[in-house]
Amino acid sequence: MKEMMNANELRKKYLVEDMMPTIFCNGCGHGNALDYVFWAMEELELDLDKVAFTSGIGCSSRIPGYINADGLHTTHGRALAFSTGLKAARPDMDVIVFTGDGDCTGIGGNHFIHAARRNIDITVILLNNFIYGMTGGQQAPTAPIGSIATTSPYGNIEQAFNICELAKALGAAYVARWPVSHPYQPIKSIKEGIQKEGFALIELMSPCPTAYGRRNKLGNIEKLWQWYDDNTILMEEYDKIMDYGTEEEKEAIKSMIQIGVFQDEEKPGFFEAYDELVDRLIEIDDKKAQGGK
Amino acid sequence: MKYERDPERIRRVLGDKVQFIQGDIAVAYGGLLAGVGFFGGYPITPASEVAEGMARMLPRVKGTFIQMEDEIGSMAAIIGASWGGQKTMTATSGPGFSLMMENYGYAIMTETPCVIANVQRTGPSTGQPTLGAQGDMMQVRWGSHGDMVAIALCPSTVQECLDMTIECFNLSEKYRHPVVLMTDGEVGHLREKVIIPDEDEMELFERIPATIDKDKFIPFTNSQTRDSKVPDFPAFGTGYRTYVTGLTHNKMGYPATDKQKDHEELITRIITKITDDREILTDVEEIELEDAEIAFVTYGASARPAESVVRMGRKNGIKIGMLRIKLAWPFPRRVINELSKKVNTIIVPEMNLGQMVHPITEYADAGCKIVSAQKIGGEMHLPDELYKILEAEL
Amino acid sequence: MKKEIRICGFGGQGVILAGFIMGKAACVFSDFNAVQSQSYGPEARGGAARSEVIISDEKIGYPRPTSCDLMVAMAQEAFNSYRHDIRDDTVIIIDPDLVPNHDIGRLLYKVQVQKIAEDLGNKIVTNIAMVGAIIGIDDTLSPEAVKKAVIDSVPKRFTDLNINAFERGLEAGRNARPE
Repeated sequence: MKEMMNANELRKKYLVEDMMPTIFCNGCGHGNALDYVFWAMEELELDLDKVAFTSGIGCSSRIPGYINADGLHTTHGRALAFSTGLKAARPDMDVIVFTGDGDCTGIGGNHFIHAARRNIDITVILLNNFIYGMTGGQQAPTAPIGSIATTSPYGNIEQAFNICELAKALGAAYVARWPVSHPYQPIKSIKEGIQKEGFALIELMSPCPTAYGRRNKLGNIEKLWQWYDDNTILMEEYDKIMDYGTEEEKEAIKSMIQIGVFQDEEKPGFFEAYDELVDRLIEIDDKKAQGGK
Repeated sequence: MKYERDPERIRRVLGDKVQFIQGDIAVAYGGLLAGVGFFGGYPITPASEVAEGMARMLPRVKGTFIQMEDEIGSMAAIIGASWGGQKTMTATSGPGFSLMMENYGYAIMTETPCVIANVQRTGPSTGQPTLGAQGDMMQVRWGSHGDMVAIALCPSTVQECLDMTIECFNLSEKYRHPVVLMTDGEVGHLREKVIIPDEDEMELFERIPATIDKDKFIPFTNSQTRDSKVPDFPAFGTGYRTYVTGLTHNKMGYPATDKQKDHEELITRIITKITDDREILTDVEEIELEDAEIAFVTYGASARPAESVVRMGRKNGIKIGMLRIKLAWPFPRRVINELSKKVNTIIVPEMNLGQMVHPITEYADAGCKIVSAQKIGGEMHLPDELYKILEAEL
Repeated sequence: MKKEIRICGFGGQGVILAGFIMGKAACVFSDFNAVQSQSYGPEARGGAARSEVIISDEKIGYPRPTSCDLMVAMAQEAFNSYRHDIRDDTVIIIDPDLVPNHDIGRLLYKVQVQKIAEDLGNKIVTNIAMVGAIIGIDDTLSPEAVKKAVIDSVPKRFTDLNINAFERGLEAGRNARPE
């Protein structure tokens, strides 16, 4: 069995020293997420020359700059469209996208919908911190009802975007959601996502004490991590309670955020289907060229 | 599978050497011949035929066609595919071109080769979808925010739609810059004879790949292997582990968002790598200019009625000539200045309310009268209309 | 030599294809220059449609007809709308069954091309019969060149049908006199 590196060795192998320190604040969960991706890649023994990281705009989108691999830091919300082209050009490479909740589902919502619908063979690590962090704490499409942001100073009145449910409905091959506060499940899901043919979405709930926590009485990182524990529920448990629980129990979990693997399907990704189309056409053309009919 | 240009297969898919086809289809042919491996596009009149041509042909030469969710995504996808090492292209018209401005700027900033065909229609906004115009000539030059330059070519015939698309790819690969074919609904939907060049009748410029030691390679600076401001290209997956960002970046590609010098150095280089070659990039056609006393300066579709009027005028003894600008940006300053010293009057017919007349006025000698001949509403000048404008200047 | 031809009808009748075939015959199968343009948009989907071809032995500048040498109408509405710029010497060809109100006080060629197509068992080749009639009346293009263009432009399984329509239209055109 492969001997595992410790966290320091991992960072030495995968991080770009010249880019340190990162832009991340104290208590930010994005570093954890990055560590989990390193663990997953290490366990999968990926060749860093054959992995490309792409991103849009926002805190999470800065991550590819810290990784010692090809990185495409693109425009706000467009990373998935860029990735679609990149994967078409280099189907032999693994394309891993870092995006945020605002980047992916606000300005980039349409690209997200269609990349998932096409089942483009890429892995999306979506870091959801409920807020626009880099621009100073504006309201995100994922903000819980009642939460405070600079552009919802009296409390958010909009429903929060359930990204995983949308991805599931679009037929994405793999969909999972975990808080970064527990390492094992995210690492496992990232691994599964990378290995999966087709579109894989791993939504990681990542705390932002600076822009979100501070305004929502969760400025202390322990409080934020505790909030995850108190407000999330394993989807299996949720279903069980909804099926067999008392009305009281149901009421208690109704507004909790479900976590787990929402979808895990084996089906051809876009480029596999495209290759089949090409093969079919080439066969016809070649037959014709040889004088057949 | 990874795309590799297969000349035999391309020729087989294109068919007969001499064809009678629309300008839009000729654009698709040009792309295929140049070796486009990825096309991302979105339907829009009057450019959809380019995407339709690509959808029909590209899979049959093992390239990838994807109809994207919008023009923002189309532009993004072709840039992504270009970093995968392929020649890439999209096609659109005004409203889509406006949406592409965001990532057009990104391609400029990140020095990403790619080709955009803008089949111009009238605007602003949705305008007249089926009718041609030349209203985006300034948008292509100035459309992105910040300091930039453009490379833009203007075909007047269907044959030029094909030839200039190939030229767009060559310039794009050479300068690592998004290059725009500024065609229009008139030429795009016109059918004319096209002769498809054989392999030995074409010159193709291929992107220069990074070859030096990986630990010595500097991705965003003058070439380390040639005398050029265009860096060698470290395609993704070739081990150079390049970081590409639309933020102001230093030579290594790392963000330098608070450094004045880095920004100045970067932007100056990505502009002068093109403007230094202004003379090489100058491409004009001269018609009856030897003894001309008055001249049309034209481009694209509006060159066609002007050429008819030059013939009419010459028959009637008028010393009229025409300079047709084939490559509009960077602007051919010297040629215009020289012409303005030779003729008394320059008439600039355009299918807009006066766009290219501005740089013409800027670079013309003060002693030369510049007349802007404008027609909008989806029609070019009738030869008779233009002839009257000419007569009024005699 | 320069000839400006307008073929008009209603959308779906194949007037675009008719113009395309003439343009192709001119510059692929003969030694002329040609340009073909068409009305585009809602008109091409059911209303009056037109296809315009310019054939010349010189380079063609302005690509749209400035005056019509030959006007061909295959529908009443098109005949009414697209006649505004014709000259006194413009040759007019119509199918009297498709353009019943054609008495405009001047001579024109009447060829029953739709009837030819119906006799052949398929109305779809009305446009090709009309191409034949045009070639029978106007001698700019050789029938051989146009025939090649027809074969090149229609689905293989319909080659015979189209060639028959073309030949019959050609014959009818040759026999037609302005009336």
